[in-house]
Amino acid sequence: MPDPPRTLAQKLWDAHVVRSAAGEPDLLFVDLHLVHEVTSPQAFEGLRIAGRHVRRPDLTVATMDHNVPTRGGFRAADELSRTQMEVLAENCRAEGIPLHKIGSRRQGIVHVIGPELGLTQPGMLIVCGDSHTSTHGAFGALAFGIGTSEVEVVLATQCLPQKRQGDLAVNVTGDLPVGVTAKDIVLWLIGRTGTSAGQGHLVEYRGPTIRGLSMEGRMTICNMSIEWGAKAGMVAPDDTTFEYVEGKPHAPKGQAWEKALDHWRSLRSDEGAPFDGEIDVDASALEPHVTWGTTPAQVVPVTGRVPSPRSETDERALRYMDLKPGLALADIAIDRVFIGSCTNARLEDLRAAASVIHGRHVHPKVRAMVVPGSTSVKLAAEKEGLDAVFKAAGFEWRSAGCSMCLGMNPDILAPGERCASTSNRNFEGRQGTGGRTHLMSPPMAAAAAITGHLVDVRELI
Amino acid sequence: MREPVRRVAGHMAPLDLADVDTDQIIPKQFLKRIERTGYGPFLFYDWRARGDFVLDRPEYAGASVLVAGRNFGCGSSREHAPWALRDFGFKAIVAPSFADIFRANCYKTGLLAVTLPDSQVRHLVDLVTEDPNAEVVIDLERQVVSGNGFEYRFEIDPFTREMLLGSLDDISLIERREGEISAYEKTRAEWLPSLRASPTVS
Repeated sequence: MPDPPRTLAQKLWDAHVVRSAAGEPDLLFVDLHLVHEVTSPQAFEGLRIAGRHVRRPDLTVATMDHNVPTRGGFRAADELSRTQMEVLAENCRAEGIPLHKIGSRRQGIVHVIGPELGLTQPGMLIVCGDSHTSTHGAFGALAFGIGTSEVEVVLATQCLPQKRQGDLAVNVTGDLPVGVTAKDIVLWLIGRTGTSAGQGHLVEYRGPTIRGLSMEGRMTICNMSIEWGAKAGMVAPDDTTFEYVEGKPHAPKGQAWEKALDHWRSLRSDEGAPFDGEIDVDASALEPHVTWGTTPAQVVPVTGRVPSPRSETDERALRYMDLKPGLALADIAIDRVFIGSCTNARLEDLRAAASVIHGRHVHPKVRAMVVPGSTSVKLAAEKEGLDAVFKAAGFEWRSAGCSMCLGMNPDILAPGERCASTSNRNFEGRQGTGGRTHLMSPPMAAAAAITGHLVDVRELI
Repeated sequence: MREPVRRVAGHMAPLDLADVDTDQIIPKQFLKRIERTGYGPFLFYDWRARGDFVLDRPEYAGASVLVAGRNFGCGSSREHAPWALRDFGFKAIVAPSFADIFRANCYKTGLLAVTLPDSQVRHLVDLVTEDPNAEVVIDLERQVVSGNGFEYRFEIDPFTREMLLGSLDDISLIERREGEISAYEKTRAEWLPSLRASPTVS
């Protein structure tokens, strides 16, 4: 009898099972463990107390991203942040883990540097103490976020016990209209499904529209899988993936490349593989989307209006955001613009924003900043003159880090300030206590910077 | 070593809101500590700073069970969220649903995350709102939440239950599988990326 058809996600899962026994979670082997300064110190401390060491420092890589200042370097950080960075450096030194420190050419947001170093490859199992680890699924990898106790488990054993998850498919068809991006696909999806529909599931994004997206666009969509509750999001690898990976510093070379390629081409869901649920998206009908509330699911097309509340959560969000139902989105003035984060701060995102900004100027009442996702992205952008476009328009051009996506560094909103942001979460206080966040794509944030209010980018292109 | 979790008995505090995210439970400015403890004063910091937050009302002081809304703990993977709840004094959280990473983090922290249907959680919220002194018992061995005149059975993954009851430690259990882990390592494809053992701090 032939093997039953399997989904991509289950193939990836099966390939990493070290041990499977009735009544136990599967024990999975981790191919790559990404570490950063904020969720790791207690894990390293736990190892030390128990007299353990890192089992596979060669499969572990660390960077500084969450709390790093985006100007002024290490010395500009507050004392606690400096301590976290120093503790990470000491832990990495003691355990032989490669570290990309603040100031290094390879430093950046953990989910941006994995792919650009070629450490993220199809077929891998990747974990990190960060919920946006799902980003790496764009390469046909199984990638998910874990807590600090699990970070300690992976450091000690390179394995992780996990209960098998269900499968969901998101089928995206139709050509994206001009001015509509991968971010709008995922914002629409979260608005449609709600904040928790993906719980307990591995999601595969598929269909011709996904196939037509760049790796950057696929990463944006996989990145936000967690915002609708999914354990992981992924896209089957194809020529777009292989072209991206080829030649990267850690990509296989020569014969190894050919062997890898043979294997990677098998990483797709079999015909007839069963999914627990499927969601269809018609990309050709999408408009640019903007969140109005305090969850990513509270989202409408920019051509729309602030909706009437349908729940206590909606009412709470309207109060916090200081918005009235019926107000046109385009009538909402903004104070700040943030182009950055692991969702939308790769080179393609900066190019898209710069193309809107070129020859224009930031509205006098707006303070706008660009925080490239990594030092490599920053240098590449500078090489093609994007920094000059942003600076000439009045944007601040910063160094790489998570920055105002979560506001652990000095880049935060003041209470009451309203921000057009390319990041992933609009929770209360996320970008600074009392700050108000509207999520959108890089071109939409660029357009808002110029006009001083939320605006349909299609009016500017 | 974490204490075994068998039974939680005490008063409840209601937080009748859906989609409470980890940024609310422990705002980012308190993630800069390098310790596992000391987060209690910062639990729901921004909400408490606004005044009249439910957990600060005298009638809910000393509660050991938080009764919360749907999708509790959504958002970031920060384990600081269950640490803060634990340090504040909670031993269990009852809600209609939890975000996956948060729930896993709770169990690792020894905080009992109990899922009950909407209607039963609603009953607990109503009960504690009417009578803040209402007692509740969560018995993990029997898998029931009970109080005066009610007994609700809850489901929990059997392995997780054993881990909590026995105060078992993931790492020690996995270390017993050394043979299987080594055998798996030998089968890994040669093209998979490796950073080599030498530290390359750059």
